[in-house]
Amino acid sequence: MTTLDMDRLVDDPATRVIVCCGSGGVGKTTTAAAIAVRAAERGRKAVVLTIDPARRLAQSLGLRELDNTPRQVEVDGFAPTGELSAMMLDMRRTFDDMVLAHAGPERAREVLANPFYKTISSSFSGTQEYMAMEKLGQLAAEGAYDLIVVDTPPSRSALDFLDAPQRLSTALDGRMIKLLMGPARAGGRGLRKVVSAGFGLFAKAVSTVVGGQLLADASAFVQAFDSMFGGFRERARRTAELLRSSGTAFVVVAAPEPDALREASYFVERLAAESMPLAGLVVNRTHPVLAELPSAQALAAAESLESAGTAPLAAAVLRLHADRVALDRRERRLVARFTKAHPSVARAEVPAMPADVHDLDGLRLIGERLADL
Amino acid sequence: MTSPVVGWTAEIARARLHVVSGKGGTGKTTVAAALALALAHGGRKVLLVEVEGRQGIAQVFDTQPLPYSEEKVAIAPGGGEVRALHIDVEAALLEYLSMFYNLGFAGRTLRRMGAIEFATTLAPGLRDVLLTGKIKECARRTDTRGRHVYDAIVVDAPPTGRIVKFLDVTRAMADLAKVGPIRGQSEGVVRLLHSGDTAVHLVTLLEEMPVRETVDAVGELDGADLRPGAIVLNRVRPPRLPARSVTPAADGRVDASRVRDGLAAAGLALADDVLDGLVEETVEHAVRVQAEQRARAQLAEVDLPAVELPDLVDGVDTAALYELAEALIDQGVR
Repeated sequence: MTTLDMDRLVDDPATRVIVCCGSGGVGKTTTAAAIAVRAAERGRKAVVLTIDPARRLAQSLGLRELDNTPRQVEVDGFAPTGELSAMMLDMRRTFDDMVLAHAGPERAREVLANPFYKTISSSFSGTQEYMAMEKLGQLAAEGAYDLIVVDTPPSRSALDFLDAPQRLSTALDGRMIKLLMGPARAGGRGLRKVVSAGFGLFAKAVSTVVGGQLLADASAFVQAFDSMFGGFRERARRTAELLRSSGTAFVVVAAPEPDALREASYFVERLAAESMPLAGLVVNRTHPVLAELPSAQALAAAESLESAGTAPLAAAVLRLHADRVALDRRERRLVARFTKAHPSVARAEVPAMPADVHDLDGLRLIGERLADL
Repeated sequence: MTSPVVGWTAEIARARLHVVSGKGGTGKTTVAAALALALAHGGRKVLLVEVEGRQGIAQVFDTQPLPYSEEKVAIAPGGGEVRALHIDVEAALLEYLSMFYNLGFAGRTLRRMGAIEFATTLAPGLRDVLLTGKIKECARRTDTRGRHVYDAIVVDAPPTGRIVKFLDVTRAMADLAKVGPIRGQSEGVVRLLHSGDTAVHLVTLLEEMPVRETVDAVGELDGADLRPGAIVLNRVRPPRLPARSVTPAADGRVDASRVRDGLAAAGLALADDVLDGLVEETVEHAVRVQAEQRARAQLAEVDLPAVELPDLVDGVDTAALYELAEALIDQGVR
C-alpha cells in the first residue's frame, strides 16, 4: 500500500490549500484542525477554516463565536515555529459581505431585504458549501497565509461539496425564473416549441403552489443578482479552477465503516473524473490491536478462568482483547475493500482517541498519529 | 445502568406511524429497517419509507435501487410483510400536480430541465410538505372494506438536526401560497403528525455528541408539540470489566501484576510487551465505558422509554436485520 505522508504534504511549500472532505460524522473538522496545528508547529503560516465545529473544539482554538475573520490562535503552551490562525465560517455574513462588496449601497439594501434572499442565504442546502468556497477564494486571494486548511460542511454525502456550487448557480440562474415568470419571452425557439404547451400550465401550477409574491421576490432577486455578479456560473468556474490547481490537495476522511468508506470511494472517483488533486485517504478512529495474542487463545483462557470463578479482572481483560481483535479485523476488511478498488490511493490511519478531543494537546496528538508512518 | 430500559410502552404500541430519526452515522436506516421487520412480525403489513433519496433501504435489504412505488422487500417471521417506498420528491410533485392540471408529456421535460428542483428551491418547505403528504396518504389508505392497507408505517426520516423542521408542516406552509391544492391537504397531515398515531423515535450511540443531539431533539419535539417515542440505543457493546475496576482503570491504574497472575492461572505466560498492550487496551476500554455511563445518565434525564440494539461485529447484512428485529421484539416492540 502507499502511505499518505502527512508531514511531507504540510512541509512542501508548494502545498497552499488542503481540503478535508468526507461524509458527516467522520471527524473532518478535528482532522482539519489537527493538520493545521501540525503545519504551524512545523513552520507554516497556516489558517484553518472550520465549518460548524463542536463548541469545545472551537474553544480549544480560541474561537468563541462565528466570526468571518481569521484570528491568531493564542493558547498557553502553544508556541509554534510558524503561525496558526483559525476562523469559523458565518455563511450568512459571507453572503452579505459578497453582496455589499459587489453592489452599490442602495442595490445592496434592496437585495438584503428581499425575502427570497433571506431563504437562499440561510437555508438553501448548497449555500454553506458555496460560501465555504467563496471564503477559501478570498483567503487565497489575500495571500496572507501560506497554507489554508479547509473543513467542509457536514453534509450527508461528500459529493455535495462539489455539487453545491452548481446547484446554487442553477437555482440563481436567470433562465429558469424568466421561464416561470413569462415563458413566452425566454429560451431559444427550440426550447419554446418543446415545452411551452406544458410550461404555461406548470408555471401556473407553481405559482399556485408557492404563491405569486414569492415568485416575484425571487425574480427581483435573481435579476439584481445577475447584474451584480456578472454571472454566477463564471464564479463557480473560477472556484473549480482553484480546486484543480496543483497547490491544492484533497484529503478524504472516512471512518472505518461501510457507509463512510463507500462515500469516500465515490468521492475519490469523482475527484479523478474532475482532475482534482487527491493527496490520500485518512481512515479515522481505527482500533488497532495493541497486544499480540490470538483471539481464540484469549477466549479459551477467559472461559477457563470464568468456569473456575477466579481472576475476574484477567478474564475481563481477555474478553475485551478478543472484542478488540474482532473489531480490528472488521475494520481491516472494510479498508481492504476500499484499497482493492483504489490501489493507488495513499492512506493514513489514525487510531481512535479513547475520549473526545477538545484541546490543543489532543489535536497535537492526532497530528502525531496522522504523521506516524 | 442508570437509564431504565422500560421497553416499548403501550402508548408507543398504539402508534401507526413510526418516524425514525437520529444523528448522522448512528445507524438510523438500519434501525428503521429492523423496526419495520419487528412490527411486521406475526402477519402484519408494514411500509418502510425513505425520504432522503439515498437508497439506503435498498442497500440494507440488498436489493436493486427502489423505484417510486411500494415494493415488497422482506417477509417477516410469522408471515408478515415489509414493503418499501422511496419517495422521490420530483415524482411526488408531478403526481400531485397531475391531479389538478393536465401536464401531459411536458412533465418529463420539465424534470430534465431542473424546473422541479427549482420550484422546491423557491420554497424549501415545499419538499417537506410533499414528503409528509405522501406519507399521510399511505398511512390513511384503506382497502375496499375500509381497513387500513398498512398496519404500520416506518419512516427513515431526516437526521435530528432537521427532524422538527421536516415534521412541522404548519411552519413549512408559511412558505407556500395561502390557498391552493397543497394547502388543502396539509391540514390532515398536521393532524396525523401531532396525534397519538405518530411516534418519533430517536436513534443514538452511547457517545457524547449523538446523545447531546438526542437530548436537544427531544426538547425541540416537545416544543413543537410532536411526540417523542422511544430512544433506540444502537450498537451497544458489552462492558467487560467488573464495575469496581472501571474508574481506576480509566485513570490508568490497572493492576498489571494481578492480570499477570490471572493469566498465568489460565496457562498464559505472556511477554512484557504483550501484557503492556493488554493493559493499554484495558485502559481505553475503561475510558469508553465511563463515557458510555455518562451518556446513559444524560439520556436518563429525558425520561423516555428506551430499547437497546447490540453492536454486530460482522456488520449488518440482511440476516443481521432479522437478528436486530428479534432483539426489538424481545424488548416488547409490537
